[in-house]
Amino acid sequence: MSGPTLAVVGAAETTQMGVITDTSELQLHADAAFNALADAGLTIKDIDGFATAGERPTDVAHYLGLEPRWVDGTSVGGCSFMIHVRHAAAAIAAGLCTTVLITHAESGKSRVGKAPQAFTSALSGQFERPFGVTGPPTMFGLPVLRHMQDTGLTHEQMANVAVVQREWAGMNPRATFRDPITVEDVLSSRMIAYPFHLLECCLVTDGGGALIVTSADRAKDFPTTPVYVLGHGESVETPMVSQMKNFSSSQAFRIAGADAFASAEITHADVDHLMVYDAFAHLPLYGLEDLGFCGRGEAGDFVWERNTAPGGSLPMNTNGGGLSYMHSGMYGMYAMQESVRQMRGTAPAQIDGAEVSVSLGVGGMFGASGCVVFSNVAP
Amino acid sequence: MTPTVDRTKRPLPRPTPETQHFWDGTRNGQLLIQRCDACGDAYFPPRPFCPACSSQDVSVEQVSGRGTLYSYLINHTRHPGIASPYAIAVVELDVGVRMMSNIVNCEQTPEALVIDMPVEVVFEAFSDEITLAFFQPSTADVETAVQS
Ligand SMILES: [Zn+2]
Repeated sequence: MSGPTLAVVGAAETTQMGVITDTSELQLHADAAFNALADAGLTIKDIDGFATAGERPTDVAHYLGLEPRWVDGTSVGGCSFMIHVRHAAAAIAAGLCTTVLITHAESGKSRVGKAPQAFTSALSGQFERPFGVTGPPTMFGLPVLRHMQDTGLTHEQMANVAVVQREWAGMNPRATFRDPITVEDVLSSRMIAYPFHLLECCLVTDGGGALIVTSADRAKDFPTTPVYVLGHGESVETPMVSQMKNFSSSQAFRIAGADAFASAEITHADVDHLMVYDAFAHLPLYGLEDLGFCGRGEAGDFVWERNTAPGGSLPMNTNGGGLSYMHSGMYGMYAMQESVRQMRGTAPAQIDGAEVSVSLGVGGMFGASGCVVFSNVAP
Repeated sequence: MTPTVDRTKRPLPRPTPETQHFWDGTRNGQLLIQRCDACGDAYFPPRPFCPACSSQDVSVEQVSGRGTLYSYLINHTRHPGIASPYAIAVVELDVGVRMMSNIVNCEQTPEALVIDMPVEVVFEAFSDEITLAFFQPSTADVETAVQS
């Protein structure tokens, strides 16, 4: 890496979020895209590269009226958009295109014009589905009891992840759930898939978001505070959560995270703000450990000691996260939107003086990961 | 009101040429696992080469079906073919591979489902073609529990 080459010059979420019954998934893509274009002061004619996941890029590009000369349809789950940023950096550096639009939208709750989604591959269809897995709640938590047995992580510590994130959500007017909760509230909420209670599972909502990225040397020509992409990483491990090599650690998190930190040339001490995709309450704990902010089995204590809470040394999931802010199905886009807001200084729960933000995404059930390091400091 | 559960609604596997031997095995009451003749690793799920070293020099062997309860969760949401709550488990076989299964002949509670407890395979037919490999607490262990 010869220094950052990429910058985010447009970033926006859909106008509405939550329950949107009068808009199709495709139109949510368009709403997010046009909001991001307005944010950047661009029109659709300025976009020559396009990436999306969930929907096929062909569908969305045609709908938007795009004429892209570079396309990425990498679709490995909710972290796909982090991977799109990384691929866009390479494409722009190689001269394949200049200005890339990345969209996410999902009618996850209302399912208006919803693209068909497959959680199974041929192998998971044969060797997992017959045993009663029906979707993320029956799969994602599978490693946790092993992790608890091996590291001493407690049910209270896992519940506390949701409690701390609700504190952040309380500062965010757009968050779906904002009322404070306690560990007792979490542990007495309805059991979904032991050991996961309702309040340890993400929301299911409708919405979307879009990013526009271009070469870093153009960033100052745009109306918003430039947000530079310092580094990035990606990986995939397995489509079957039962075949994770290590039930206490995601291989994809470790590879994507290490590559992101190395390419950004940052250390943990440089990170002022962290987003870890939280489809369920254990994910931020795995993320903290796999990124190396905590030793193995130490993340439960780290969160309990309020390091990631308001006023803590490593503010994490400051929008409230998938547990309290919103989660339409592929949350990685919203994690990056919050990183961009924090770097622009426009987040509802703004971290004063934050200069480096890391967004770690997961795809599938620990199946994939993408990680992006953002900064507001010019290279 | 408890929603009715239809046993035929359990989604059954559709074997492929590379996995057919495994499903032939369960139908015959055998748990068949592949092992690499080059590096010695047992592996799962089936494929005609070793995921550790890519060797195509692999053998199919019948294993004891004994293992331990490696991890699990207990689904409390509805399934059309399985009565809730039910555990979705990962069993670690004594040859070292892990596979998803259900734990049968056992209360579906955290108290009864103890991580690392010994389990053994039992087979249950769902169609002429498909028999699933489930696991139950090892019978020696159950007798001990009943006596205590
Ligand atoms: Zn081998």
